[in-house]
Amino acid sequence: MRLQTSLGVRSHVFADLREVLAKASPARSGDALAGLAAATDEERVAAKLVLADLPLTCFLDHPLIPYEDDEVTRLIVDTHDASAFAPVRDLSVGQLRDWLLSDRADATSLRALAPGLTPEMVAAVSKLMRNQDLILVARKCEVVTRFRNTLGLRGHLAVRLQPNDPTDDPRRIAASMLDGLMYGAGDACIGINPVTDEPAQLASLWRLLDELIARFEIPTQSCVLAHLTRQIDAIDAGLPLDLVFQSIGGTEATNRSFGIDLALLREGHAAAQSLRRGTIGSDCMYFETGQGSALSAGAHRGVDQQTCEVRAYAVARAFQPLLVNSVVGFIGPEYLYDGRQIIRAGLEDHCCGKLLGLPMGVDVCYTNHAEADQNDMDTLLTLLGTAGVNYVMGVPGADDIMLSYQSTSFHDALYLREVQQLKRAPEFEVWLQRQGICDAQGRLSANPATALPMLAAFAEAQTR
Amino acid sequence: MNIDAPENESGGSAVPDSPAVNLAQDTMPAAPSSTQSIPASGALPSTTVRADSWRTLRQTGGARIALGRAGASLPTAALLAFDLAHAQARDAVHVPLDVEALMSRLREDDWSVQSVRSRAAERSAYLARPDWGRRLALDDAARLRAASASTSTRPGAGTATDTDTDTDTDTDTTDSAGTATGVDIAIMIGDGLSSTAVDAHAPALLHALRPLLVGFTLAPLVIAQQARVALADEVAELCRAQLAICIIGERPGLSAADSLGAYLTYAPKVGRNDGERNCISNIRPGGLSLDQAAHQIAALARAALSRRVSGVALRFDPTRDAIAEARPAPS
Repeated sequence: MRLQTSLGVRSHVFADLREVLAKASPARSGDALAGLAAATDEERVAAKLVLADLPLTCFLDHPLIPYEDDEVTRLIVDTHDASAFAPVRDLSVGQLRDWLLSDRADATSLRALAPGLTPEMVAAVSKLMRNQDLILVARKCEVVTRFRNTLGLRGHLAVRLQPNDPTDDPRRIAASMLDGLMYGAGDACIGINPVTDEPAQLASLWRLLDELIARFEIPTQSCVLAHLTRQIDAIDAGLPLDLVFQSIGGTEATNRSFGIDLALLREGHAAAQSLRRGTIGSDCMYFETGQGSALSAGAHRGVDQQTCEVRAYAVARAFQPLLVNSVVGFIGPEYLYDGRQIIRAGLEDHCCGKLLGLPMGVDVCYTNHAEADQNDMDTLLTLLGTAGVNYVMGVPGADDIMLSYQSTSFHDALYLREVQQLKRAPEFEVWLQRQGICDAQGRLSANPATALPMLAAFAEAQTR
Repeated sequence: MNIDAPENESGGSAVPDSPAVNLAQDTMPAAPSSTQSIPASGALPSTTVRADSWRTLRQTGGARIALGRAGASLPTAALLAFDLAHAQARDAVHVPLDVEALMSRLREDDWSVQSVRSRAAERSAYLARPDWGRRLALDDAARLRAASASTSTRPGAGTATDTDTDTDTDTDTTDSAGTATGVDIAIMIGDGLSSTAVDAHAPALLHALRPLLVGFTLAPLVIAQQARVALADEVAELCRAQLAICIIGERPGLSAADSLGAYLTYAPKVGRNDGERNCISNIRPGGLSLDQAAHQIAALARAALSRRVSGVALRFDPTRDAIAEARPAPS
């Protein structure tokens, strides 16, 4: 394997694949913090030049983290589909980029290719791609999943309704849920990030969501984003869980820092499947990821943060998830410094996840100590809509008062629908029209009179 | 609770009517900052804004619901309310702490104070490199080490019942035992991610805390710029303190940009991890009050010093256990 290049008077030599990948990455603060980033712009391009000529098979022959040391590596290697890989097996990384941009790559061929690609191949090719390439290639992919509705159809956008409250107050949560539903949001799921870890309080949240979804026959699914062990216990206790959630990372040690391993994920998946609560499908897992989580846990093993992120998608795809999203700007400026880095990372995560066959959403978001603002989020949201993102978050007024960060609002989703003609999950759209919340074109009704019973019921719940 | 009937508006075009005016009048952010008033401008009645009939469900401190819409977009008043909250949060992060002003206020309150800097030279470096914010600038470390050899204070001096009498903070009260073992507690005030919080609340919090620490020896206060939580461990180690108390500006949210956090580490030294610290957060009027916070900090300090441990291993909930621990501290 040739890991060096000469550029005029200077030659650049790289020690191993990890170093080539890290130094070929577009600049971001997390790789600098880890001491992995290219020292100069020229070194970055030199790494890209080396990377472009590497054969894709080198990533099968030389795992970034040893097979013996890491169960995520073992998962990647053991589940690699050689026949699916056949169409591109003789290509270099640079040639794969050309192939992906060519007419050979369409929804059908990319769906067939996905099991033949490893996270390292996908991360590698993404590092050679400009933002427009990431958008174009992602847009070719179509990843459709089902539980109580159909998500990911071309030309559609779903929203996770995120009614978080800093005290888990059921009345406030219900009020935020109502707000989201009246703004036509909630088809991806209604998902609460709880403050509490107390089983009894968590149980009341699962019951609240189940009661409202059942009572108004909302074709969507619920999730309370507690730790996996709490969810398994809740299923054992007979509570009505729809989706099982977990944050995941791209190395075994990262997942251990989250208190999980693959065996526990298998247990959670089996528990969720056992409930059979999906009406039109059985995709019942919800995963969240984000660049920087491995470094934050001291578990990156010398691998750059974007490659670690794509390795997390290998974990996700082992469990046929309904939803996966990168919480891209949540982690803070020491990993993604500003709007430019957050936008780039959001497009990378979405494209790489789609190439691996995942139903990717993105939490378009930032914290108050990042150099980013609402205009950056508008840009990323618009680009992701163009790229065909499966879903985004819906937070009242874009202000998550529990997690103290800014995400996308119900209004933001309506903006994207309007400028890009994006529809909701079909079953949810029908429900909204029946409630009188939307008109036949999917626009919010001027007079949602038929939604009055639901409004009244929510208001009644406030006084209990 | 009542739900208003939906506004009776016709057609797809936004036709003005009176409920829209009502909305404009009460289109306040759902979670206004506790320290800021809402601007009078940007909230003039707008005839093309559509109100939400469920706006009665809005609650103080709750989410930004029922904001109404202009077309399908955010009305001007709600847009500007968000912008104001974000601007205040950013200012909390980026406006430098006025160290000289803070030091003089603390000196007026009879504290002995010195200032240091971390290895992050400016805010952009601080934000990108948390590891630099956790270590002292080399010259400050040397200065602190030298100073700690000759200075400590003892609030109440062991016998005083009224701490206001203990104003002689510049006197070297270190006895021979003190020289050998250092002091009980070193307190660092760090700008962290909110200079606003430090400027607004740190002096009052310290004032409330001092009488609760009677009987303990304290190192002079250290004000630290570009500081992360763990910087207090190095400060306290150099002061030869058994316990580090870090009071630091927390990452601002949109609803509150002025929260302080307090972190305690027993046997502080460079390299301690988060699991070895106890934390009290959301200290601000409207959150955990300064007085409550002072009592919780003191209770944690007493517990950590008497059990010689901090963090997860301390198994001490200051909100529940503070009363049980409210006995005279060991001197």
